[in-house]
Amino acid sequence: MFGPLISKAATAKANKTGSWRVEVKPKFLQKDCIACKMCVLICPEACVSGEAKNTYLCDYEFCKGCGNCAAICPKKDISMVKEEEK
Amino acid sequence: MAQENGHLFSSGHTACAGCGQAIAARLVVDVTGKNTIIANNTGCLEVFSTKYPESAWGVPWIHSLFENAAAVASGIEAALKFLGQKEKTTVICQAGDGGTADIGLQALSGMWERGHDILSICYDNEAYMNTGVQRSGLTPFETSTSTTPVGKQSLGNPRPKKPMPEIAVAHGVAYVATASSGYPQDIQKKIKKAISIKGPKYIQIHVPCPLGWRHDSELTYDIAKLAVETGLYPLIEYENGKLTAVRKLSKIKPVEEYLKFQGRFKHIINSPEQIKQIQAIADYNIERYGLRPEPVNPSAPQPVNTQTKV
Repeated sequence: MFGPLISKAATAKANKTGSWRVEVKPKFLQKDCIACKMCVLICPEACVSGEAKNTYLCDYEFCKGCGNCAAICPKKDISMVKEEEK
Repeated sequence: MAQENGHLFSSGHTACAGCGQAIAARLVVDVTGKNTIIANNTGCLEVFSTKYPESAWGVPWIHSLFENAAAVASGIEAALKFLGQKEKTTVICQAGDGGTADIGLQALSGMWERGHDILSICYDNEAYMNTGVQRSGLTPFETSTSTTPVGKQSLGNPRPKKPMPEIAVAHGVAYVATASSGYPQDIQKKIKKAISIKGPKYIQIHVPCPLGWRHDSELTYDIAKLAVETGLYPLIEYENGKLTAVRKLSKIKPVEEYLKFQGRFKHIINSPEQIKQIQAIADYNIERYGLRPEPVNPSAPQPVNTQTKV
């Protein structure tokens, strides 16, 4: 491969990295959420989104299950649960 | 092109779970906005964000070699100036610690010296993580890496971290700051401040690497915070050569708190002599940058001020 290799913007979404998760996934309890957005700021996958209190969710197609959203949540409103759990 | 949830660094990149660099890179580009052009040195960030033919970036982004992102960025800035487009465009030159402090330092030094209006960012994960955890100029003292292995004759990396912020200050860089992925809003505040300043800027962001530091992926946030709270990674700001702000530590924690979660320090955690040496580095930072909290007047209740002018 010689010369410049050019990719289209934001095409990485083709990689469904959610399949990387082992054992645990975050569960957004949506009970005590104060919409501080810390989970959005910390998510390495940029896959957490939401608008107001108790609306935040992550995209399991991309979530790698690292658990930093649960670690940063000041209200403990995100918990890491077994993959099988609903 | 932003993805639906507004980030300019999209999901689907191939960083490890819990990657601190992926956190910081997104925070940076989300602040600088879509009128940004990025030149990237070789490194983890380059590899995991652009797995050809895909790219996670929502802004123009270019990678050439390990050593020359600063030269590429200089050319971009000069061309924008010629076209009269510089005012509305932010140019970023970014690299890991190896690309900044070792391999890319020559081009970076030239870029700073010529006074280009470019924001340089160093994502400091404290070793060459992309190629298998080799020691870099920013690897801390007594870290176990694949090129400073621990054994009868060795306690890991024999050298302290290269003082990159001070090297930038010595070049006359207008704004120099350190930040940490344990303080996401602080990163965004510093980036905002940096892009409002004309001339060269340097921001060094501490980004934990679960793979290279050998810690659990969910500890990325906590470990980054602990590095600051122990005094091992002081958050400081230099403006025009003067130390203008530091993050004061309301409660200074012992360095063991930071070291104990990381496999790369496993060999020293039960050795008081070595812990003492690392504590001495933290104590030096605390004294040098004045990280101790202001004495509180017991008669008047005072708010805890984390960002105090010195």
